[in-house]
Amino acid sequence: MANNITKSDLVDQIANKTDVTKKDTKEVVDSMLEVITENLATEATKPSEERAKVQLIGFGSFEVRDRSARTGRNPQTGEEIEIPARTVPAFKAGKSLKEQVNVK
Amino acid sequence: MSSNITKTDLVDRIAEKSGLSKKDSKASLDALMEVIPEVLAEEAKKPADERNKIQLTGFGSFEVRDRSARKGRNPQTGEEMEIPAKKVPAFKAGKTFKETVDE
Repeated sequence: MANNITKSDLVDQIANKTDVTKKDTKEVVDSMLEVITENLATEATKPSEERAKVQLIGFGSFEVRDRSARTGRNPQTGEEIEIPARTVPAFKAGKSLKEQVNVK
Repeated sequence: MSSNITKTDLVDRIAEKSGLSKKDSKASLDALMEVIPEVLAEEAKKPADERNKIQLTGFGSFEVRDRSARKGRNPQTGEEMEIPAKKVPAFKAGKTFKETVDE
């Protein structure tokens, strides 16, 4: 199993690129994750055609999508269950992120 | 069409929440938007089973996935063409993020 990159690894790398301390960088990252989450929670209460996205040009956008209700099956028992409609957070990668990741 | 939330809006809200200056908030957010693609680009060079994810507990994880080559069609001309295999960035929302949005 590979070693995943944690928030604290990310904070270190971000702080290395700026003049901001690690402590403050962590504050910014934590606040960003909270703000995006809160924003999408607010947008989720609106009808889907009125919802705004959080759009970070080049990087990508965070948005809310609707999932319809569907019938599923309990994998243990095989029993049919009704999965209710819900709203889910989604990310759509931007052009520059896609290009950088598609290395040969 | 609703007006989307831009990076500037996000910086304002981050600064409010953290008590840090807009300047530092913007510098860190800009750096984050560089670091994540750089990290994923490094991971993309590794075989799929050795790749690491960027895991932001509660929020979600960013990772690289492989897309196989496939046959597509030019929608204008109808002509068949080969779409080559590629590597794509993907995000999987975490438990807290999902629960907060689905309320």
